[in-house]
Amino acid sequence: MTEHISSVINGSPFEGMVSANELLLDFLREELGLTGVKQSCEVEVCGTCTVLVDGAPVSSCCFLACDIDGRRVETIEGLAGTAFHQIAVEAFMRHAAVQCGFCSAGMILTAKALADRGLDPSRAEISRAMSGNLCRCTGYHSILEAVTDILKVSREGAPS
Amino acid sequence: MSPDAVATAAGQCPSGVVGRAVERADGRSKLAGKAEFTADIRVPGMLYGAVARSPVAHARLLAIDTSAAENVDGVAAVLTGADLSDLDPYYGHALRDRPIVAIDRVRFVGEPVAVIAATTQAAADLAVTRVDVDYGVLPIAASLEAALDPGAPLIHTEPTRPGSAHGLGRLPDREANICYRYAIERGDLERTFGAAAVVVTGEYSFPAVYQYAMETHTTIADHQGDEIILWSACQHPFLVRQEITELFGLPLDRVRVIVPFLGGGFGSKSYTKMEPIAAAISRKAGRPVRILNRVDESMVTTRRHNMTCRMRTAAAADGTLLGRAVELWLDTGAYADNGPRVTATAGDAAPGPYRWSAVAVDARCVYTNTGPAGSYRAFGATHLQWVGESQVDEVARRLSMDPVDIRRKNLLRPGEEVRPGGKPLDADLVGDVEKAAAAVGWDQPRTEGRGRGVSVGLLAAGAHPVSTATVRMGADGGVAVLVGTTEMGQGARTVMAQIAADVLRAPVDRVLVRGTDTRYTPYDRSTGASRSTTVAGKAVQRAAQEVLDALTETASMVLEAPPSMLRLEEGAIASGSRSVTHQDLVRARFGFAGGELVGQGRVQPEAGTGSYAEGPVFWEVCVAGAEVEVDKDTGVVRVLRTSSVADVGKAINPQLVIRQDEGGTLQGIGNALFEEMRYTADGILLNDTLLDYRVPSFEDMPAVMSCTIVENGDGPGPFGAKGCGEGVLAAIPAAIVNALADAGVPMTTLPLTPERVWRRIQELKQATTEAGE
Repeated sequence: MTEHISSVINGSPFEGMVSANELLLDFLREELGLTGVKQSCEVEVCGTCTVLVDGAPVSSCCFLACDIDGRRVETIEGLAGTAFHQIAVEAFMRHAAVQCGFCSAGMILTAKALADRGLDPSRAEISRAMSGNLCRCTGYHSILEAVTDILKVSREGAPS
Repeated sequence: MSPDAVATAAGQCPSGVVGRAVERADGRSKLAGKAEFTADIRVPGMLYGAVARSPVAHARLLAIDTSAAENVDGVAAVLTGADLSDLDPYYGHALRDRPIVAIDRVRFVGEPVAVIAATTQAAADLAVTRVDVDYGVLPIAASLEAALDPGAPLIHTEPTRPGSAHGLGRLPDREANICYRYAIERGDLERTFGAAAVVVTGEYSFPAVYQYAMETHTTIADHQGDEIILWSACQHPFLVRQEITELFGLPLDRVRVIVPFLGGGFGSKSYTKMEPIAAAISRKAGRPVRILNRVDESMVTTRRHNMTCRMRTAAAADGTLLGRAVELWLDTGAYADNGPRVTATAGDAAPGPYRWSAVAVDARCVYTNTGPAGSYRAFGATHLQWVGESQVDEVARRLSMDPVDIRRKNLLRPGEEVRPGGKPLDADLVGDVEKAAAAVGWDQPRTEGRGRGVSVGLLAAGAHPVSTATVRMGADGGVAVLVGTTEMGQGARTVMAQIAADVLRAPVDRVLVRGTDTRYTPYDRSTGASRSTTVAGKAVQRAAQEVLDALTETASMVLEAPPSMLRLEEGAIASGSRSVTHQDLVRARFGFAGGELVGQGRVQPEAGTGSYAEGPVFWEVCVAGAEVEVDKDTGVVRVLRTSSVADVGKAINPQLVIRQDEGGTLQGIGNALFEEMRYTADGILLNDTLLDYRVPSFEDMPAVMSCTIVENGDGPGPFGAKGCGEGVLAAIPAAIVNALADAGVPMTTLPLTPERVWRRIQELKQATTEAGE
């Protein structure tokens, strides 16, 4: 069974048919070649497959492709080149918050959704908000520093 | 202390490239989602693989019917053991005990029995459910206790066949389910224990742990005629190549292993994993096939050994440590994988870095009907350090000594023998443990419900010291480094670029280090045992020096000055007021706008038989401190602060060193507090997803995580460097266990789950009450 979907993926309109049981993760990676979206736990725990649907972070491993009908999807490929991405990259590089890089795209997309709320969260609140994204390399400290910087720069519009 | 605080004893290198937090070469492409991992590769004509796995832990394979699977739409090939009759299908770098897929027997739940290749993943996954296997169930031994029982079923019965890369000298014969045994005996144990004022005795247990590299095992194989090409997320491509050539009867240069970026390794991708299955199904299908594990499949591909250990430590009344006796059993699962090496390393770690009158260690590697266990960061040392160090603390408690004082009194000093015939100690352990203690506020007043602990250990590091490297300088002055080290997140490509740039005084952003392709990249034994910077880095340094020698020779002619009058500048060589760029020197040498300078570097065993049992290349220091808080009503343990000491000789890139220790600290917290693979008595893994196998998240980070870098220039690597990144994982669980004991709850079983800790608190309360009655 297939379903027709109409959505905006990384700023470009998409119209087409998808299998009713196809996961968004597989659709993005296999059909569209958006391999910046990574697969790991497949049970909505690790966050490495995070994409934004209408601005909210979702685990694409547990989200049906047909459910993006009428909605906007952003992956790391769509974010690349934006002002936000530049802020995020500089913060991650400054704090050496990328190691194997498998979790990085998911981290940045979750941080984007957090930044879009325009709040000034405490470190504990940032940790809580990011706790759906796992990283096995860094020990999180550097990522926490980077996300703190990203939120500050996004809010205040100036490098820390 | 801030987490990025760096205490350095040695000065900066003159070029400023080594010793500096140079930006990661691969960072920006990874942050843009552009870095290529194995699963991102599409080979033309590629099929999707899936593996049918045994639901029972021990059984004869009576019959396999694959006809229904073959009839699924899109299925191109189905492979079973019957397809391997023209090969010697057994592999294993330590023991050749494992068939590519089950042949006459299955030995663990999850063992591959058939492999599907199909045009879509969905078709392959569906076909897996249509493979019909008739199992003749056998008695199961799915735990150490069951496998060591005199009446236990034998998991292997064929004669032992040594693999080609175990590095353990002559392998002893198997005894029942014990596949390898490593022993140390020094001094008169009986007399030493007889003379002791204090003897601490205990039985300890350490759980099976999943490495969880976020990228699961992924391999694409393309078997074409008499050649096999593999794209694989593997740490040791040259050892994979060797095992694939042995399995498929091909010359070395007919197997090509290409290694993209790895999404973490931590030992889980060391040696050969899914490559034989991928190559075999590609051979059958006649097309490239991708095998991409799910997490539950990676959990039965490799794990950390669970362990039972009995230890006794004897000390004199003044706190002098006298003797230690250790028996330990490591559960290697159904196939040896790296179990023998893990066992030997555990045996070496068991005494701890102290001056003993007598030591006896008997370490056994045991087959069971569970998924195979292999390497995980700081193997052996992580298993033993918390055991030995908790006994040292118990001795100190009984003698009312400070834990740092007892270590100061007994720790080996630089130059002292660690094990007979091995490398003497090459680190300042007393200085290291003092730093770790200070960083967790050792002298600050104690608070009820909180405790502090330190731990010290050594890890035999470096593996077999064989690495080669090539450095090429093109006619534009750009530098390419060819080195077989795998970039799995640790920053190896960045460090290798820094080493070459420093030698050549080339701008570091003009030095390119790409991934391994065994067809073109010179041989490197492996990426593990903290060896890359020390061993492969030394080869890179020597290769760069050869290029520099050629540049110097040409510069001497161009500048009409003897080499002693030349000085290196960034990207150039100068004499007096004249300076010539690398680009102009290469062109001057070849007489036109082309040519290339090529340097070779090599590291090999300097002496002896070449067995790395004589080593190690260096002793990796495992030193940490921790402060914990325990809720005595719930048993919940919280890690408040940790410290680690990266005793690295020389930090090529201090920021990368600190990241290694921070990452290792969180893994140590996971190993100590909650990570545990749980099996039923019939060998079924109960928690085979991340929903119920929990790894540390942001919220498990301690409020303070400090890392002190020690640079005494005492390593055998380039610029006096030695490896790091593993020791911290051995040291942190031990420091946490000691901190919890300091808070009043000594534990002998990991992980320290609230239930276990709470039960122990009740036991202690009851003992106190009874003592008072």
